[in-house]
Amino acid sequence: MSGYSVDSRLRWTEAIPFAVALAAFFLLPEYLALGARILIFILFALSLDLILGYAGIVTLGHSAFFGLGAYTAGILGAKAGIADPFVQLFFAGAAGAVLGLATGAIILRTRALTLLMLTLAITAILLEVANKMSSLTGGADGLSGVQVNPILGLFRFDLFGRTAFLYCLAALLIGWWAVRRIIYSPFGAMLTGIRENRARMHAVGAPVYWRLVLIYTISATMAGMAGALLTQVNQFVGLNVLGLEPSGDLLVMLILGGVGRMYGAFVGPVVYLVAQDYLAKQYPEYWYFGIGALLITVVLFAPGGILGIIDKCLQLFKQKSSVNRSAR
Amino acid sequence: MPAALQTEKLCKSFGALTVAQNIDFRLEPGARHALIGPNGAGKTTFVNMLTGALAPSAGRILLNGEEVTKKNQAARVKLGLGRTFQITSLFPRLPVLDNVALAIAERDGLAIRMWRSASSHKEILEESRSILDALGLADDAALAAQDLPYGKQRLVEIAIALSLKPRVLLLDEPAAGVPTDESKKILANLERLPADIAILIIEHDMDLVFRFARTITVLVQGEVLVEGPPEAIAADRRVRDVYLGEGAHA
Repeated sequence: MSGYSVDSRLRWTEAIPFAVALAAFFLLPEYLALGARILIFILFALSLDLILGYAGIVTLGHSAFFGLGAYTAGILGAKAGIADPFVQLFFAGAAGAVLGLATGAIILRTRALTLLMLTLAITAILLEVANKMSSLTGGADGLSGVQVNPILGLFRFDLFGRTAFLYCLAALLIGWWAVRRIIYSPFGAMLTGIRENRARMHAVGAPVYWRLVLIYTISATMAGMAGALLTQVNQFVGLNVLGLEPSGDLLVMLILGGVGRMYGAFVGPVVYLVAQDYLAKQYPEYWYFGIGALLITVVLFAPGGILGIIDKCLQLFKQKSSVNRSAR
Repeated sequence: MPAALQTEKLCKSFGALTVAQNIDFRLEPGARHALIGPNGAGKTTFVNMLTGALAPSAGRILLNGEEVTKKNQAARVKLGLGRTFQITSLFPRLPVLDNVALAIAERDGLAIRMWRSASSHKEILEESRSILDALGLADDAALAAQDLPYGKQRLVEIAIALSLKPRVLLLDEPAAGVPTDESKKILANLERLPADIAILIIEHDMDLVFRFARTITVLVQGEVLVEGPPEAIAADRRVRDVYLGEGAHA
C-alpha cells in the first residue's frame, strides 16, 4: 500500500467508506450516536495503523494520547471556559504531540517486549494521574458539563447527534487524507523500509530513531484529536479513555480490520463497535465472548484481517473470470 | 592524497578475546583491494568497525582523511562509505525497485517528504531503473526481493550499496552461498563498477579474489600478516602455511 511501485491515484473504491457514512446519516438516524463513536475510533485506529502497520511500532499504550486529548478538551470546556471546538481540538492535538515527542524520544530507543511494556506503563500512569487529580478531571466520577460552542458559531451539537456525526465525518475525512498522503509519500515508503529491515535502513544512512520519533509524534497528535472529538460529542470524559482497556480494544479493532492496509482501520471499528452494540443488548453478560470468538477466528484464519479475506476473494474472482474469458 | 579509507592502530577486544590488534590499513582511492584470512581471523569485526556497526576499543578510522571513529553508520554513509552484507540484508517483501529507490531517496534527503507521492518522484524511479539495468536486474524490478534467486539477491544487495554513490565500497562476501556460474556473473558485474570507487572485498572464493583484486591483505588472528599484490601473496610461504595450504590440500 505504500512505496515507489504503487499507483497513488485515488480509486473509486476509496470513496465507499464515506458514501456508506453519508448513507447511514440519512437512513439510520437513530444510530447517529453510535455512528459518531465509530467515526472517532476509525480516526484513532488510523493513527495506530500509521505507527503499527507502517512503521512496525508495537504499542499497548496508544490510549495515552487519546485520553490526554480527551481530558485536554474536557478541562478546557468544563474548567477553563474555552468552549470553541476547534481551539479544543487544537490544544488536544498539541498535548498529544508533546506527550508523543517526550515519551517517544525515550521509549523508541527500545524494541519489542520492552517497548510494549513501556507504552503500557505510560498509559497506566496517565490513568492513575487522571484518577487522583479529581479536582481537575473529576476522577472516577468523570468530568461532566463540558461546554462546546456551536461549530463555526453556526451548528449547535443537537440532541439527535446530527451535527456531531457530520463534524466527526469531516474530521475523519481530513485525517484520512493526511494519513493517505503520508503513506504514499517517500516518508511512508521509508517507514515500511524500517518495518521490513531496520538494520538495512541504518546502513543506507537513515536516522531511524528520529524518523520513528517523528511518526510517533504525528500519530500521537491524531490520537489526541480523536480523543477530543469523543469529549465534544459526549460532552463528558470518563477514566475509560485511558489505560490498557481502550488500547487493547483499539488494537483488536485494527487487527480485525487488517493491519497496515489503511482501510483496515475503517472496517475494524465498524465491525467491533456494531458487534459490541448488538451483543451488549442481546447478551449483556456475555458480549465480550462474541468479540473474543470473532478475534480468534480472524487471527487464526485470516492474518490479513477482514480486508485480507476480501482481498483474497477478489483475487479468486478475478482469476476465475480471466479463466472463463480465456476458455471462451 | 589521503587514503580513501585508513585505520591507525585499530584494536577490538571482547573481554579477554582480542579480535583486532593494532591494524594499520590503507585503502587507496580507486583501489581493488581484498581482505582475506581464515575463519575467525576477525574480517567481519574489522568491516563492522569500518562501517560503524561496532565501536573499536582503541585506534582511529579515517575516511578520505577525515576522522570518523566516533561517527555512527548513517554519518559514514553520508560521507561516502557504502557496504553490502555478508548475509543478504534486503527489504524482502518490497519490490526490487523499492529496495533501490529507498536508498536513493535517503541519499538525496528526500525520504523525509510527506506530501507528494513516492511514485511521482520520477528522478528517483529513473535512477533506480538505470542502476538495476546496469546490473542486469531490469526485468526483476517489480518482483519482491525475496522471490529472486539467491545470486540475484546478492546483486540487489550491490545495487543498494551503489545507489548511495559511495566513494568507498565494502563488499562483505558478495558471492557467499552463490553457485559458481552465478558467482561468475557477480564477478563480471564487479569488474564493471566505476573505476573511481575504492573497493574493499572480503571473500572466501579465492578464484574471485585473485581475479578481482590488485592488492590483498591477509588477516590472521586479528593482525595483518602480510599485504601485497596477488602474485606475491600467492607465493608467500607464511600465507600458504596458515591459509592457502588448507585450500590447496582440499
